[in-house]
Amino acid sequence: MRPYTDQSGPAASPSSGDAVPAPDRRATAAVERPQAGDRRRAWRSRRYRWDTKYSPYAFVAPFFVFFAAFGVFPLLYTGWSSLHRVSLSAPNDMEWVGLHNYTRLLEDEFFWNALRNTFTIGVLSTVPQLLMALGIAHLLNYRLRASGFFRVAILTPYATSVAAATLVFVLLFGRDYGMINWVLDAVGLGKVDWQSGTLSSQVAVSTIVIWRWTGYNALIYLAAMQAVPNDLYESAALDGATRWQQFLHVTIPSLRPTILFTVVVSTIGATQLFGEPLLFGGAGGQKGGASHQFQTLGLYLYEQGWFNFHLGRASAIAWSMFLILLIVAGVHLLVARRLRKSQ
Amino acid sequence: MRTSTRTRRRAVVVAAVVALGAGLLGGCAEDSDEGTGGGGSGGSKKDAKGRTVIEIGTFGVFGYKQAGLYDEYMKLHPEILIKEDVTERVDTYYPELLTHLAANSGLQDIQAIEVGNINEIATTQADKFEDLSKAPGIDKSNWLDWKWAQGTARDGRTVALGTDIGPMGLCYRKDLFAKAGLPTDREAVGKLWAGDWQKYVDVGKRYKAKGPGGTTFTDSAAGLFAAVNNGYAERFYDGDGKLIYKDSPAVKTAWDLAMQAAEGGLTGKLKQFDKAWDQAYANGTFATVSCPPWMLGYIKEKAGTAGEDKWDVAAAPKPANWGGSFIGVPKAGKNKAEAIKLAAWLTAPEQQAKLFDKQASFPSTPPAYDLDVVSGARNPYFGDAPTGQLFAEAAKGIPTLVLGPKDQQIGTAFGDVGILQVEQQGKSPQEGWKAALKEIDNAVDG
Repeated sequence: MRPYTDQSGPAASPSSGDAVPAPDRRATAAVERPQAGDRRRAWRSRRYRWDTKYSPYAFVAPFFVFFAAFGVFPLLYTGWSSLHRVSLSAPNDMEWVGLHNYTRLLEDEFFWNALRNTFTIGVLSTVPQLLMALGIAHLLNYRLRASGFFRVAILTPYATSVAAATLVFVLLFGRDYGMINWVLDAVGLGKVDWQSGTLSSQVAVSTIVIWRWTGYNALIYLAAMQAVPNDLYESAALDGATRWQQFLHVTIPSLRPTILFTVVVSTIGATQLFGEPLLFGGAGGQKGGASHQFQTLGLYLYEQGWFNFHLGRASAIAWSMFLILLIVAGVHLLVARRLRKSQ
Repeated sequence: MRTSTRTRRRAVVVAAVVALGAGLLGGCAEDSDEGTGGGGSGGSKKDAKGRTVIEIGTFGVFGYKQAGLYDEYMKLHPEILIKEDVTERVDTYYPELLTHLAANSGLQDIQAIEVGNINEIATTQADKFEDLSKAPGIDKSNWLDWKWAQGTARDGRTVALGTDIGPMGLCYRKDLFAKAGLPTDREAVGKLWAGDWQKYVDVGKRYKAKGPGGTTFTDSAAGLFAAVNNGYAERFYDGDGKLIYKDSPAVKTAWDLAMQAAEGGLTGKLKQFDKAWDQAYANGTFATVSCPPWMLGYIKEKAGTAGEDKWDVAAAPKPANWGGSFIGVPKAGKNKAEAIKLAAWLTAPEQQAKLFDKQASFPSTPPAYDLDVVSGARNPYFGDAPTGQLFAEAAKGIPTLVLGPKDQQIGTAFGDVGILQVEQQGKSPQEGWKAALKEIDNAVDG
């Protein structure tokens, strides 16, 4: 006990030096304390209070500084520019137009086309992707040899870059020398001009998305599946449920919140789809094909802002996308509440 | 003990916050500071050995470094260190340049500008660039008139110096021509279509009738459209800067020829610079392509050894220009005097000739055409074609093309939308035309 009390006294004093031997320190401290000590102690405790109160803010401040600089400011500035006519060749030269950029979007057929494409590509990619992810997760949930290997293997597409993956798919989907057309031709189905058709190009873009994201979702499902208590399966098995029935009546209901989560994340991803269609389009890919057949909202924004240099219109598109995502989030909230009630 | 760790930790945090803040502020300060620099980290314009650093921003393969011009200049001027900052694609490079110009920061000492953007720079950004017309060591009479004019603003200030140009020839496959019963000698081939693009399309019809199956006469209707357009003095804009693309003779002639080619099955239905286009070069499935000097290197790279001795180059029906760049010195640069000296040296006829010798970028300065490296240049891959003479001849006949700020958007609207809809999606020429106009309206209207 003694050594501790001995040390804590002088060590708290700011003037203490470790080089001074302990007995001397005690002596000098005892002389000074009665006069200046109280004030100093009050100051010290105030500083201590400030420290506990404000230090955490200092620790997290860098995040907020960067968030303000690179998150909030661009968001607000984009909103501000969306109310102006402004060109990239003179971005400081803004002309106030009010809501003009938004109202013109309502009658802009390129915008509606992009919105429609975003939706259809979103459905074409998200639905098969999540279904396949569920199936793969279910398979991986079984006891199997080298399961660790398979779990890593299904995640590798996610780890490749969009650019690399898309460039490979561009070659696969090539009209004249693509491998897919070569196979189709060999079995007598004839070649498909993947990029020119509306449905074919959207299927091709969706394939890239599916290939990249299925493994990622499968791992999320797998993690959720492993949290399902084993007794549920045991009692279901005792009741004579087959594997398939177990999957339908035990796994799926327990996974409902996880499924909802992946649906929301995939929807957000689909709304922002950009890299895959851009690179799939090759040279001049921002147009998304000759008749914009696979131009998504992201591509249209990019085309307006960085090719036609209409920053105001591009900002309006960006804010419209933001509003669409807010609506998606709202729907998610409603569905989630419904689910909770039904449980 | 506990207190001291806490103070130390707090000191670290404070230091970090201060450093971050100083970094941010410093970043701003450094950019707005127009002094000669020196000292400080990152923004120093002198390297450790005290040499003046000149930064040059380029896109794609500009070729200066590859041709050894920087090394040569640094040997001549040991007090200079040249740094090149390359952006691969010009469609990434140019918007960045515009934002940097607007913010007056992040600019290099010398900035490259593509011909598709030079008009917009000269009309909207001229006050952000040094006037090079009267700078020491720069002689206006060295340049082709039209090239000099393109880099000059209306008030006579020259904002950028011409580097290379793209006088067009026509590359053709001798083997495919022979099989189609067409002449293969480059003189005779040039005569087939001399003076008129319609003759070129007519040769295409002959090729279609007798040429080998699985091949087409040309690669793309959009390529033909651009090639025809580029030979006129007025294309999308008239001399007053008014948009005339809806009824200019250049666009009309080019469109009609492109439609003839597309509907007549003379094209490979390809989009230039796409992967499939490269593959078609490798497989030798089209017989002709309009080719500026820089295209020769592209063909050689894509067609590879399989195309050796099969390609040749003849004169195009009409002289036209495709491509070429400029370099300018932004006013916000830190070593303007040194940068202007370097820009003048890089664009002098001798250096342009060296660039042609090593990188096939064709000089925009006629005095270079008389230098041996240009006049005697032959390309072994293209049957030893006298490329120097051929392109120099074409360069002298090119009219001064009137450019406008939205040239690129209009060009891609016709090429990538209007023509491709007809060529690849089986729409009628009227539908394609309407789609292109709608696209242009959307692009032009802010």
